[in-house]
Amino acid sequence: MSEQELILRMEGISKAFPGVQALDSVDLKVAAGEVVALVGENGAGKSTLMKILCGAYRKDDGRIFLNSHETEIESPLHAQRSGIAIIYQEFNLTPNQSAAANIFLACEPRERGLGRFLNFVDRRRMEREAQEHLSRVGARVHAAALIRDLSVAQQQMVEVAKALAVDARIIIMDEPTSALGEDEVETLFGIIGTLKEQGIAIIFITHRLEEVFRIADRVVVLRDGRRVGGMSISEATPEEVIHLMVGRELTDMFHKEEAEIGSPLMEVQGLSRHGAVRDVSFTLRRGEILGFAGLVGAGRTETARLLFGVDRQDAGEIRIDGKLVRINSPVDAVEAGLGFVPEDRGIQGLVLKLPVQENIALPTLDEHASAGWVDRRSLRDTAQEYVGKLNIRTPHLRQKVMFLSGGNQQKVVLAKWLASQPRVLIMDEPTRGIDVGAKAEVHALMSQLAQEGMGIIMISSELPEILGMSDRVLVMAEGRVVAILDQGDATQDKIMAYASGEINNNVVNVTSTGAKV
Amino acid sequence: MSVKTRGIRAGGHSVWKDLVRMEEFGVFLILFAMVAFLILSTDTFFTSTNIFNILRAVSWIAIAAFGQCMAIITRGIDLSTGSVMGLSGLASAMLLVRNVNVPVAVLGGLLTGFAVGFINGLMIAKGKLPPFIATMGTWLMARGLCYGLTGGWPVRGLPQTFRDLGQYDIPVAGVGVPLPLLFMLLFFALSALFLRRTVWGYHIYAVGGNETATALSGINTDRVKILVYSLSGFLAGVGGVLMTARLGVAAPTAADGYELDVIAAVFVGGTSVLGGEGTILGVLIGAVIMQVLRNGLVLTGVSAYWLQAVQGLVIVLAIMFDQLRKRRRRG
Repeated sequence: MSEQELILRMEGISKAFPGVQALDSVDLKVAAGEVVALVGENGAGKSTLMKILCGAYRKDDGRIFLNSHETEIESPLHAQRSGIAIIYQEFNLTPNQSAAANIFLACEPRERGLGRFLNFVDRRRMEREAQEHLSRVGARVHAAALIRDLSVAQQQMVEVAKALAVDARIIIMDEPTSALGEDEVETLFGIIGTLKEQGIAIIFITHRLEEVFRIADRVVVLRDGRRVGGMSISEATPEEVIHLMVGRELTDMFHKEEAEIGSPLMEVQGLSRHGAVRDVSFTLRRGEILGFAGLVGAGRTETARLLFGVDRQDAGEIRIDGKLVRINSPVDAVEAGLGFVPEDRGIQGLVLKLPVQENIALPTLDEHASAGWVDRRSLRDTAQEYVGKLNIRTPHLRQKVMFLSGGNQQKVVLAKWLASQPRVLIMDEPTRGIDVGAKAEVHALMSQLAQEGMGIIMISSELPEILGMSDRVLVMAEGRVVAILDQGDATQDKIMAYASGEINNNVVNVTSTGAKV
Repeated sequence: MSVKTRGIRAGGHSVWKDLVRMEEFGVFLILFAMVAFLILSTDTFFTSTNIFNILRAVSWIAIAAFGQCMAIITRGIDLSTGSVMGLSGLASAMLLVRNVNVPVAVLGGLLTGFAVGFINGLMIAKGKLPPFIATMGTWLMARGLCYGLTGGWPVRGLPQTFRDLGQYDIPVAGVGVPLPLLFMLLFFALSALFLRRTVWGYHIYAVGGNETATALSGINTDRVKILVYSLSGFLAGVGGVLMTARLGVAAPTAADGYELDVIAAVFVGGTSVLGGEGTILGVLIGAVIMQVLRNGLVLTGVSAYWLQAVQGLVIVLAIMFDQLRKRRRRG
């Protein structure tokens, strides 16, 4: 194909929900073999547009052309038959079945003869063909392997293979890198390259701008349901894209304000848990943000869970203000003055069905109660106070959290811990999946908390965030602390080198660079 | 700026709108339709005797359902309810025929229910058994105890003061209000306040809504679950003792299969199978619906052989209607 031909053309797409115009006459064009990045703040309309394309929503207005034929996409099944596949952030895989069974879900090859009549699945053929699809994406995954035994990255490859199995010509990826470590992201980008060569178009939704500039051919920016810009990547600059997204200049996105670093607040000695965390020691000071860097699976989240008593520690001592504390459960941790903003707010941080005010009050209910009776006024006042302080956008305090945007949900998680006034706050990926505006607000808040003397542990897989926000950076690899770097000392390259095991501080006589432990 | 309470949100606000917006409005409509139909099509439904008969029979099912509802809100279930009702009534009866005085015998029955519930809670919270399995075990064990302790014979000859708990009607303005109904209203108020206003109640909804997030908020979720099943057992005990007082005899087969009536009342009342949602008022309406249905089928002359089939149909239709309404409202 010499001339790039348009595989998809969406024209004047509009969609309204009660109270909001989610999309207002949006256009989108995608050519075969092209990677289009779709960016915008949360609530800008990216997901709505993609849901219309893959049949989950019906549009109010506008036209969709697939290969120049006007098509009315009526259902997800119809979208799939038209060659459109979507890979959601949360995968649609059944954990207890094999990769092959997932790849051929709903179109399992049947046996011949009597077996066909009885609907017997031809497992051999299914696994063989699944293996072919997997190798097309360059995945080293055995087709018979169970999904639950695969890593997140491998599961994602199964999702891509699944899209290929139904002969998708357009693959939508909704924040595909948010659950991946840096090295896995590289693999994904490799896969995207392969798909491009096969003439498959990719629509890539992401919050990470550096990814846009790495792999996209074009970028389309949405804001408040309207398309505010679209350009070839060679003509775009990050500043320009951010400006289009937020409609305002955002300088110095990651920047911790000066806070006075005080005396040691939390001292951790020899923290260990079999198979996950090995002999982790560090000191956190008052007013300090200690960044935890490392690849996915390096043991950072596991360390946080040990500190907060979610998992049992095999060995280790934790001191707060010099006093030894025993943390065997989250109940103990809260009592010791710890707060924990977990990595997945929907699963671990919030009760989505409950209102904003009750989520905020959850760890501190006892303070709003006498003899077991909840003082609802006091609960409401506190919730109101933090909704104001954190600028949480909600129609009212009784709104169920599930109806808030990702950024506002994350602020509810923060509010809940701030209300309990912890001395140490552990934050696992505090800005994952939230838009730039909310991100800046969360960062400003972290600075403010540090200035008030709180100690913060921040786990992040985004190196710019680690570098911008941390006073010191602790790097983990394979369950160990491999380096603790001062702010002035830490660079992106250095951290990556430690994290990937290229430098190993603790072992003398390293044989060669690049050797994996 | 953006936060306003419901009451002062401007424009077109009315009591009627608040009523329609209520969780329980859908099931209330169903009950209303059933009652209206029966009033119009029979002469016998809307008489004080019939109404109070219905409400008396609702009493023990509803009380047990209040506890069941809490278990279901935490995403669990209590299958042992029917057996526990039988066993608690039997325990009281066995104490009474051994000349134990009435208050102590009643307390004995209630403690029996509480104890079985507590064991359920321990197995579920500490033993990590799925609620379905744990309570299926105690369902069989409690029923087995009923047979074993009595050799299969009913316990008779219960004193009148005990039977009065279930049989006495308090004369109010010329009509007799059954005592069990008043007990039911008492436990209705207590359960509703408990769920809505106490720290425990908040924790119960939180565990059902998201157990992981609740545990990570520093709440001891095991204790919440033990409490919930203990209460479910205790309230089943209350229902069982009242039912035994009404019947005046404790048969080992008493309340056999009642767990299904109780669970049906909870679901018809709008409690979510997925946990985290449900109200005591809804459960009460659900229990009344089930009893009105039973009564109405008799009054309209439907053969008793068709009773279960119609009950099943109404349960399914009622829940479908309620979900449809909720989905549309959330739109």
